Amino acid sequence: MSHKTREELGREAAGLWASVKDKALAPKDRMAIPAQDMATRDPVSRAREMGEVALGYTEEQARVEAARCLQCKNRPCVASCPVGVPIPEFIACVEKGEFKQAVDTIKTTNLLPAICGRVCPQEKQCQSTCTLGKSLKSVDKAVAIGRLERFVADWERENGLISTPEVAKETGKKVAVIGSGPAGLTVAADVRRAGHAVTVFEAFHKTGGVMVYGIPEFRLPKAIVQKEVEVLKSMGVEFRTNFLVGRTETLAELLGREGFDAAFVGTGAGLPKFMDIPGENLIGVFSANEYLTRANLMKAYDTAHAATPLFPAKVVGVVGGGNVAMDACRMALRLGAEKVYCIYRRTRDEMPARAEEVLHAEEEGVEFRFLQNPTRILADADGKVRAVEVLDYELGEPDESGRRSPVAKKGTEHEIPVDAMIIALGNESNPLMAQTTEGLNVTKRGNIIVDPEQRTSIARVWAGGDIVLGAATVILAMGEGRRAAASINQYLEGK
Amino acid sequence: MHTILEKKRFSEEVYYLRVTAPEIARNRRAGQFVLVQLDIDFGERIPLTIADANADEGWIALVFQTVGSTTHKLALKEVGDSIEAILGPLGRPTHIEKVGTVVCVGGGIGVAPLYPIVKAHKAAGNKVVAIIGARTKDLLIFEKEMRAAADEVIVVTDDGSYGRKGLVTEPLKELCESANPPAEAVAIGPPVMMKFCAATTKPYGVHTVVSLNTIMIDGTGMCGGCRVTVGGKTRFVCVDGPEFDGHEVDFDNMMLRMRAYKAREELDHKKCHLEMEAERVGDPDAKAGGAR
Repeated sequence: MSHKTREELGREAAGLWASVKDKALAPKDRMAIPAQDMATRDPVSRAREMGEVALGYTEEQARVEAARCLQCKNRPCVASCPVGVPIPEFIACVEKGEFKQAVDTIKTTNLLPAICGRVCPQEKQCQSTCTLGKSLKSVDKAVAIGRLERFVADWERENGLISTPEVAKETGKKVAVIGSGPAGLTVAADVRRAGHAVTVFEAFHKTGGVMVYGIPEFRLPKAIVQKEVEVLKSMGVEFRTNFLVGRTETLAELLGREGFDAAFVGTGAGLPKFMDIPGENLIGVFSANEYLTRANLMKAYDTAHAATPLFPAKVVGVVGGGNVAMDACRMALRLGAEKVYCIYRRTRDEMPARAEEVLHAEEEGVEFRFLQNPTRILADADGKVRAVEVLDYELGEPDESGRRSPVAKKGTEHEIPVDAMIIALGNESNPLMAQTTEGLNVTKRGNIIVDPEQRTSIARVWAGGDIVLGAATVILAMGEGRRAAASINQYLEGK
Repeated sequence: MHTILEKKRFSEEVYYLRVTAPEIARNRRAGQFVLVQLDIDFGERIPLTIADANADEGWIALVFQTVGSTTHKLALKEVGDSIEAILGPLGRPTHIEKVGTVVCVGGGIGVAPLYPIVKAHKAAGNKVVAIIGARTKDLLIFEKEMRAAADEVIVVTDDGSYGRKGLVTEPLKELCESANPPAEAVAIGPPVMMKFCAATTKPYGVHTVVSLNTIMIDGTGMCGGCRVTVGGKTRFVCVDGPEFDGHEVDFDNMMLRMRAYKAREELDHKKCHLEMEAERVGDPDAKAGGAR
């Protein structure tokens, strides 16, 4: 990634654009156009601030990047997008400078492009199958679909062109959406558009689910999420915060005395997984969920205003290799850590995090400790973390996931001094809905069981997102939400 | 928004607030708690146990001690003021069944959350013996309510200023040793009191329920901040609790974890205490400036 400024990159792109804009481009001309880097803020200063790291394309950069798309016949990118965004079509609009048309094209299947453009693992989805990337023999040279998606969504928002989607005539039917994360917001939009009344119930005091408590500001500004919520409000969707379905009222009560005709359960990730090693309950050991929630949702970084305290730490160890681990590492730097270790038992190639997040973490100074795994956490006399003991690993034979499995190297235990540990190894399911809803079938791991239309074992109840999938992504949650909403609408129409 | 209907000051640092919360009042059961937040932008979410409720009138009662910044701010609220957010009822309700005699032990402000449990056990047909304690007479709360709800009430104070002198564990031990030992014990109070209550009943094999009040953020099974070790396993107070088998809880680890933010709490406590004193005696500067 380049550290040229946005202005420099924009100037270069403007020159390039002038040279290609009026030409009929043959595929080989398109292939010769250089891939456009996206500007980021300077790694040294940004690692101490909450502001967004990636700065987005300029108009010329977007048009140059769009001109790289070969508009190939077989469109593999569409098939590898979980919600089937018409990618070549929207990119053709970008090339022509028809940005509003482009974003409207995306919104036919994806309602949250400003969010997905930022947090989707594109290199594992649409960009992984891109014909251009294959021809140039590098996924890094695929068309930057995500950055283009982000560009047009930001362009629409910044120009005040987001309009309230049309809502069909009121049907008199009522739908309860439980959880205001990506799955819930998607269902709310699709069901409301069909003319049904929608109430979204959220246990937290702010709407957006994982997009506000989990994903940090520097990766996904809260204002973008709130804008999406405002659009839903302007469509007539009602939001009830501080309402925990299952406890404040049960699902059965919503479907009974509250008169909801249908309900969608999108309650998201559940209890954090721990390693079950000695020392995990010492002072200074956090789940990534807790650490990020304190910092993001509760604004603990704003020590002058926030009542929620932070645990002061200068040297932080983070266990895990996913996006949440990267978020925790980078948040620790922003909260004042002088040294952050990312401890992961495999190697960089096996990391599940988005490539861009790993790169950004590395640029900001996170030190990766690959092929290591904690064996215990050690305390000082006051019960506070003072070090983590790790064991070295090597890669063995591939396991069921296809990744080479890590094998411990006996006798290699050694200590890394740290004063806080953050465990980012994913989540179990949230037990609350199953605990409080009779007849709701869940898997052994506690995830709600659904049919291909996202119906649960209870009549009039659908489910989707992480509560069904286990820990997944924003886009997969949205995909489930879309399927559920279509099924709910079909059911209510027939009623 | 939740309006404060009634406010009582039980002692120097302990307050009682009755607030509107119709949905919570309707569905809450003995043993459950709420999360209170005073400001949805910067406020923290603190767990408080429900001390009483009335579904018909749509209110719940909270009893709290001024410990950190939020409880101090809460103590400054008056009748007619409002609380921005209350989430609940949270946690699993107390398991109530007819078992015979139940001894309910409450210490300090733990007597308040014990009260609905006493009522529920009584309603289930159990004989309830309540042991309520405090450091000194002035700090004893809910005595009248307990006398109305329980079959027998034993009052204990550390300094002997009221009732028996000593610790709540002493009458508890005597009951366990008596001819008719209790079938079950419930203990709510400071962690160290619960720890010793559980240690007292253990040799007699009296099942003992304790209610834990650990640090929480979401209170709905997401953050894991409230975790405790129970029977050698990590459990979560917000969704697995708040009540656990007292004989299985690792109290030492729980008390350790509850000290995580002690330094900040103490700082806030001192600062807020001074501010409250200023409020109480009337700070001439503040009044002159119309700041309050």
